[in-house]
Amino acid sequence: MSGHSPEEIKKSIRSYMMVFGVLIVGTIVTVLASFVDFGSSTANIIVALIIATFKASCVALIFMHLNAEKKTIYMTLGFTWFFFLGLMVLTIWASEDKPNYTVAPNDTPAVMAAPSEPAAH
Amino acid sequence: MEVPYTDTNRPDTGLYNAKVGIWLFLASEVMLFGALFSAYILLRVGAMPGHWPTGLLDVGPGFVNTLVLILSSVTVVMAWASLKLNDFKKFKFYQGITVICALLFVVIKSFEYKSKFTHHDVILKDGMRVDGHLVEETDEFIVLSHPVSYPAEKGIRERAVAIKEAEHHAHEAGGDHHHEDRKIMLDDIEKRTTWGPWANTYLAIYFTLTGLHALHVIAGALVIAYFWGPGSKMWKTHPEQFANRIEVSGLFWHFVDLVWIFLFPILYLL
Repeated sequence: MSGHSPEEIKKSIRSYMMVFGVLIVGTIVTVLASFVDFGSSTANIIVALIIATFKASCVALIFMHLNAEKKTIYMTLGFTWFFFLGLMVLTIWASEDKPNYTVAPNDTPAVMAAPSEPAAH
Repeated sequence: MEVPYTDTNRPDTGLYNAKVGIWLFLASEVMLFGALFSAYILLRVGAMPGHWPTGLLDVGPGFVNTLVLILSSVTVVMAWASLKLNDFKKFKFYQGITVICALLFVVIKSFEYKSKFTHHDVILKDGMRVDGHLVEETDEFIVLSHPVSYPAEKGIRERAVAIKEAEHHAHEAGGDHHHEDRKIMLDDIEKRTTWGPWANTYLAIYFTLTGLHALHVIAGALVIAYFWGPGSKMWKTHPEQFANRIEVSGLFWHFVDLVWIFLFPILYLL
């Protein structure tokens, strides 16, 4: 955080309280949005992730003071962001060649498996 | 030898050393959880269409735990702000609430885990599948409360349909059939298990992600509790260094909250 004078801290406390309210409302909105059909499950996932990203940004910027940090930390997080994004892009890219049937109808317990071989004649 | 730059900033970084250290650590944590989120995505998109289990978790405890972590995130930053305002009593008050919130989170989580480990999933010889909480077990039968029954061959996605149908029938009949206990003879059972991480891919990634997160909560709570209790003596001798320690432990705690902000919707709601 850039300044730690009592005045600046008191000003920050007002921001903390505002973010607290935003996070509570954001959580309620997340739950309510999950009951709304946005057309497809993908659309619902995107809506939920947008809300989650907004909430996470509030925590990172205000509570973790990333809105006013030193260059060293921004550089560290820049590298982290690059590799994290790379991981996610590779994951989505690889999903064209994904492992199939990670969840199948006969999961839990593992019975009702593939049909047995036809009897030899 | 004295550790340098504990309460003053290094000229080159403009930061005290512990702050650089915690951010480097958090960067590695982002990649750790990122790898598990990546695994979650691949498992989810690899599931047969419509077969990714939803509705297996109670939203209520997850929602309450989210509120608990948000509150603790506020109190942890307020504790640091109180030190910066030279108000040690308020620091003790806010940090005490943080510790209570952490304990509350772990207690709620352990109840959730217990609920899963006592939730039995049974496939009957007639091809039906029943799941519910085990309330009685003898050498001849078991009794499940809140049973949900559906054809085993259709997979776990049929569970949500079965619950809706049961609620619909119960509503029409003016009763609560869904909550009637079900007695199942052991001779009628083909196979049974519980909703542990071994049950299916969804529960495996659920326990992995939430288990790792819970370990972070416990570790963070131990550090915060130490600085709230015996570690707080440092305030009298090295107030600036103590405030920095509180800031660093707070950064870790905010990260724990941040991870949960994503875990809650992807595991409980979607």
